[in-house]
Amino acid sequence: MTASPATVLMAAGLGLLGVGLYGLLISRNLIRIVVVLQVLVKAAVLALVAAGSASGRIGLSQSLGVTVIVADTVVAVIALALAVQVQRRFGTLDVRALSSLKG
Amino acid sequence: MLLVALAAVAVVCGVQAIRTHRLIMASVWLAAVSACAAGMLYAVGAREVAVIELSVGVGLVTVLLVFAITMAGESATPARSVVPASLAWVLVIASLAMLGGALLPLPGPTAGVTVPLAQALWQDRGLDVLAQAVLIFAGVLGVLGLLSGEARR
Repeated sequence: MTASPATVLMAAGLGLLGVGLYGLLISRNLIRIVVVLQVLVKAAVLALVAAGSASGRIGLSQSLGVTVIVADTVVAVIALALAVQVQRRFGTLDVRALSSLKG
Repeated sequence: MLLVALAAVAVVCGVQAIRTHRLIMASVWLAAVSACAAGMLYAVGAREVAVIELSVGVGLVTVLLVFAITMAGESATPARSVVPASLAWVLVIASLAMLGGALLPLPGPTAGVTVPLAQALWQDRGLDVLAQAVLIFAGVLGVLGLLSGEARR
């Protein structure tokens, strides 16, 4: 029995989701967290297109995928700019070292 | 067969992006993940989004990451993770098992309502496209504000 292309695509999305979740849990570097978020978004796009392929609505799933890619790119740009500013101000990219709020 | 190979390579590249210590190498592995994802999307017939994924994921985001790493530097972050690695593995495997059990296997391609991408994007989801344009504009303004604040100081 061979798996359908949509199943393979969804399995790849689940694999990347697992990698991304693990990376999000263990990462402490701000830029690496952005990399991990990118991996998670790839998983989301693959899952969207897999669902569209399985339901026969590939056009709609592609338009949703484009929206996700655009939004994710804006998020990455702002997150990287924030990381650069954090590095300049605090001298570190470690999220643990940035917990300077008191009270 | 090609789809399965691309899926396996994408997951391996994703693992390498998490495991490698150098941020530059992590961005290169991420670009490889994007390339494999674009190949998979192309193989299932989602050609337009595959091209966008390839140009944005492999091109723009990689350039942005390299630029940010060059500006911020490869600062040494302690290897100790936020949560214990064993607990992270348990959480990931449990969530994947639940999701995989609920989602897989998907049925094969069905003859649904095939709407062209242009119609879906510009007519059915016209308001979303407008929101995307506003989002991009807001992102550009945000980055300009963040970077110019440092220059003024």
